[in-house]
Amino acid sequence: MELDLEVLDETERIGFLLRSLYQQHGFSRYRMSKFEEYDLYSRNKDFLLSDGVITFTDTNGRLMALKPDVTLSIVKNGRDCPSGVQKVYYHENVYRSSDAEEGFREETQVGVECMGQVDGPTVSEVLNLAAESLQMLSGEYVLEISQLDLLGALVDSVAIDETMRMSVLRCAEQKNLHGIREICREAGLPEGAEKGLINLLECCGTPKRVMLEIRKIAEEYGCEEAARQLGQCMAGFIGSEAEKHLWIDFSSTGDLKYYNGIALKGFLKGIPVPVLSGGQYDALLKRMHRKDRAIGFAVFLHRLERLTREGGEV
Amino acid sequence: MSEDRQNKDFLNVALPKGRLGETVYQRFAAAGFECPALLENSRKLIFENASVGVRYFWVKPSDVAIYVARGAADIGVAGKDILLEYRPEVYELLDLGVGKCRMAVAAPVGYHEDPARTLRVATKFSRIARDYYAGMGRDIDIIHLNGSIEIAPILGLSDVIVDIVETGTTLRENNLEVRETIVQISARLIANKSGYKFKREKILKLMDGLGGKSE
Repeated sequence: MELDLEVLDETERIGFLLRSLYQQHGFSRYRMSKFEEYDLYSRNKDFLLSDGVITFTDTNGRLMALKPDVTLSIVKNGRDCPSGVQKVYYHENVYRSSDAEEGFREETQVGVECMGQVDGPTVSEVLNLAAESLQMLSGEYVLEISQLDLLGALVDSVAIDETMRMSVLRCAEQKNLHGIREICREAGLPEGAEKGLINLLECCGTPKRVMLEIRKIAEEYGCEEAARQLGQCMAGFIGSEAEKHLWIDFSSTGDLKYYNGIALKGFLKGIPVPVLSGGQYDALLKRMHRKDRAIGFAVFLHRLERLTREGGEV
Repeated sequence: MSEDRQNKDFLNVALPKGRLGETVYQRFAAAGFECPALLENSRKLIFENASVGVRYFWVKPSDVAIYVARGAADIGVAGKDILLEYRPEVYELLDLGVGKCRMAVAAPVGYHEDPARTLRVATKFSRIARDYYAGMGRDIDIIHLNGSIEIAPILGLSDVIVDIVETGTTLRENNLEVRETIVQISARLIANKSGYKFKREKILKLMDGLGGKSE
């Protein structure tokens, strides 16, 4: 008997299509067949997308967690790869709570992770795969890209302590430029101290339009390497179908304790929240005593329920 | 293109019902997003002007951020108090400089705080109050109320209140006084993060018209 693909619902079908895509690109499957101890997540709670974790006591008395995340498990169970890059994909259910009133939900995500000697070409390959994933979901998508080392340096140029740093980053994430000016004024910084950061956040547009200005800002703040990395990644898209869907926007941030380098988010027309999110997370690996570098992204399948076939490529 | 697809390209705007919404609408209209039907005396809640591609709807002020975060509206106008309390995942694009007031701690006139005791705080804005006192390392007991906050200290339900203060008249009439200002409040232009990507031209045109610097 052959499998009738009509039995799959839309998000299941998309999940299998994405798996097929990642397999074609040489990624092998990671299965999270066992649970991790709660301690793994409590030590890295800011990395989680969930506000809470469902815990249970295992048969041997250990406090375990019901999968709030997959990446942490991949990092914990992996071994450093001194030559080359280990490329895996996963298709897992995770259990998250983002709103205390709504409680926990089962969510399905498909994602890819690259760990090892992650270099420019690997970062470009992952960005290309993210664009291909979004294209597969809908012809009307935006792949938003930022560079967190550059953003972090500009935030540090105004933040006088960690509390201010967090507040400024939150404003950056909200495109709240008046909020940044107010925070700097209240902190007693000289007028215009935030100019570089504001200019960077205003550098929002296609790579062709904004890269020159980004390079100028980066040079002024001694962050040429960060701008060079961003420029190289963008150069890989020149002349491609994906080029017109690319958007540089430094409001795409992440927790700088874990993330660095390139960060990315994917949006589809008609869906109010990002359907894809990821970036480089060398800092997480370092916290977990690993020497590798890493990049990955996840596609949130539960957020695609509102996606119709109209206008899409799925 | 189907009618449904065309409608998706309208700029959907959630306005807070009431005087603030009407004031803000006048500025939106002056910026080129007029919709004369909006000011007609009717019970309708949704109005559109196809010629400029805008659709307005009146919603309860505290719900504006929900409509925007969930994508039913591309943009909206919400008070900073709501943004601080509920932290919706939206862009905060402009401070519109209207609907100005402040979030403050108020107490009965002559009240002396005992730092050795847990401070009982009555408020509608639990997160703002919790964050404010956490920043001071002060142990507090939050009493979440939905209205008539001013009577809580009078009846002994709380020691102080955290609430919005405009003119201070209600406080004075209830023998209360402002002890500290937590944050200045005003109306903000907010946008859905995804809607902003796909309707950016219109949103930037509106921001330019409102006097905000666009990218």
